[in-house]
Amino acid sequence: MSSPEYYRFRPWNVGRFVIWTAFAVALLVAPWLFRSSLALTMLSQMGYLIIICLSYNILLGQGGMLSFGHAVYTGLGAFVAVHAMNLAASKGGIPIPLVLIPLVGGLAGLFFAILLGYVTTKKSGTTFAMITLGIGELVAAMSLMFPGFFGGEGGVTTNRTYGKFFDWTFGPQVQVYYLIAVYCFICTALMFAFTGTPLGRMLNAVRDNPERVEFIGYNTQRVRYLGFIIAGFFAGIGGALASINFEIVNASDSLSGVRSGGYLLFTFLGGATFFFGPMIGAVLLVLASVLLSELTKAWLLYLGLVFLFMVMYAPGGVASLIMMNLRVAKFGKFNRFWGLYGGLIATGAIVVVAAAALVEMIYHIQLNSALGSKLTFMGIELDTATATSWIGAAAVLAIGVALVEVVRRRFARVWGRAQEEIEAEIKRMETA
Amino acid sequence: MEFFAISLLNGLSYGLLLFMLSSGLTLIFSMMGVLNFAHTSFYMLGAYFAYTISGLVGFWPALVISPLVVFVLGALFERYSLRRVHKFGHVPELLVTFGLSYLILELVQLVWGRATVPYGLPEQLQGPLFSLYGTQFPKSRSFIMLLALLMLLSVWLLLTRTRIGLVIQAALTHPETVEALGHNVPRVFMLVFGGGAALAALAGVIGGNTYVTEPAMAGAVGSIVFVVVVVGGMGSLAGAFLASLLIGILQTFAVAIDQSLATGLQALGVTVTDKTFGYELLQLSVAQIAPILPYLLLVLILIFRPKGLLGKREG
Repeated sequence: MSSPEYYRFRPWNVGRFVIWTAFAVALLVAPWLFRSSLALTMLSQMGYLIIICLSYNILLGQGGMLSFGHAVYTGLGAFVAVHAMNLAASKGGIPIPLVLIPLVGGLAGLFFAILLGYVTTKKSGTTFAMITLGIGELVAAMSLMFPGFFGGEGGVTTNRTYGKFFDWTFGPQVQVYYLIAVYCFICTALMFAFTGTPLGRMLNAVRDNPERVEFIGYNTQRVRYLGFIIAGFFAGIGGALASINFEIVNASDSLSGVRSGGYLLFTFLGGATFFFGPMIGAVLLVLASVLLSELTKAWLLYLGLVFLFMVMYAPGGVASLIMMNLRVAKFGKFNRFWGLYGGLIATGAIVVVAAAALVEMIYHIQLNSALGSKLTFMGIELDTATATSWIGAAAVLAIGVALVEVVRRRFARVWGRAQEEIEAEIKRMETA
Repeated sequence: MEFFAISLLNGLSYGLLLFMLSSGLTLIFSMMGVLNFAHTSFYMLGAYFAYTISGLVGFWPALVISPLVVFVLGALFERYSLRRVHKFGHVPELLVTFGLSYLILELVQLVWGRATVPYGLPEQLQGPLFSLYGTQFPKSRSFIMLLALLMLLSVWLLLTRTRIGLVIQAALTHPETVEALGHNVPRVFMLVFGGGAALAALAGVIGGNTYVTEPAMAGAVGSIVFVVVVVGGMGSLAGAFLASLLIGILQTFAVAIDQSLATGLQALGVTVTDKTFGYELLQLSVAQIAPILPYLLLVLILIFRPKGLLGKREG
């Protein structure tokens, strides 16, 4: 009883203060750094996808609930937001200012999460995943039955410039970006705060050991349900921002299982075990779906492969890779890895280029054979009709794989040793 | 009467096809605790392989070869990918099969193109088997029923009457003990995964030409199969059988009924116009809501009987 926790008083957590300020500044200056209109659209998409992926991670990362139906809540939030905008713009409608529309979407997400979440969260684990899949299909199929609300095949359109907020009409993309950025910052902060609340902690406990949580006297189902509702709220905000950004919502796209799958995939790629992981995932999602899909037709194949390897070798996602290296750096052992990382990147690049050449040639045969057998890949002319291109690419691939394996083994050895040293150091510090 | 009999037969054949799919999924799930998200991708692979192989050597060899090829692929996937992920827990296991389903879809589109392939029935299965009240029942659907029942019988015999079946059953509950007795449990798991994939592929071989072979075929049945497994009770083979028949019959009947709540109310003497409250909901015909019936069933089952029709315990 010498120094109870609650007497300790820390007015400033400096590290946290710096990071959040940096995040706010980054959101603020991003449109000045990337000035093209494509970049601005991408930044806007990143903004609301960060909210959506973070809300998804309340389920996956914090609650251990693997949902295949998150698009239900973003999509329904988007639909309600669009109708709210149309209602606000019409004569005699309820005058909701545009800046509050995301909240309307959020409340819609909250409502549907309360409604559907009761059934969904009855089970955990694998059954939960299947139920979310079923509910997702249910809502997607239902949306085609009510063309009055969902607008059928064409979707529902709206116009975001119906009112003014001070001087802003929200016509120009940059104003929409700042609306999204403000919401992004606030929602991120709120969701981060949520991780520290008793409910957020209980959600972690339910993820890790539901049996024990029941023994203490908590109802695990209720904890999951509450977590699900909160995730639904933020998902709705994200969906509403998306509808403000595009001014159109389409049921066959925004409620589809593919969309839900995308959220899952990228939240995981970003890293579900750390709070900031999904933010990386959201950025990757936009980069992949806008830039990569422009670059190559085979992007889904690459995405699937990357995802598969990520699950197999780094189940913590990009965020865990960063944090592991930060830990190594913190203990001053990063110097020995420079060469190895260089080697890994160089040999890995060989593999990627050779494999990509093969894939692109196959895709060329399948999709563009009418254009002839020649294609240009990274400045080199390949010919799918000659054996040289195929054998050449395959040979480079084989050499690359062999080189990667050599470097990887050395890396694994050095990495393992560094980790052992760190563990030993931690133990020494604890005993000292 | 005619409508009833034919719909019942169609529903049964569709339900049995669903069972062929869900049995493999249930087997894998009850053995390894892995929900194989790519299960219907193996179904699709089975259909596409059968299409290619039957073009080379005919349909009947393809009926055997295609599931065997998929068996090998499934076993390889288990050996080199799933087993590695096993130590991370169930969610990464599910995720890795989820990634696989993406990959298989892309590869299928890459190899066979994005359009429907002309995978037709062999001559012996074309035409009607018998006619009932003037409506003909095709041979192909009867063949699905026959094959599904044969498969059910052989899986049951394999699991209960053979040595490997006993090892599998023992490994289900006491993997450590079985391992201590000198059996290679990881290899058993590998065989089970391959076997489940092969069952899906077998369903694909006959489902592909009875229905349609296209890249969307995996997604079309994917979620229905999961519904079957949950409704039947996770890991219960008998439950999966019951649930697939139920859903198959339910959907087949619903598609054929062109009645709605509105016509029902009108028959009872209530006037229903487009001004009536909830008209959008009332005027939906049963046929229109047929696609969502399995999911509604799922929701109802979860509310009133969360462990599923024949499930043993709550998970």
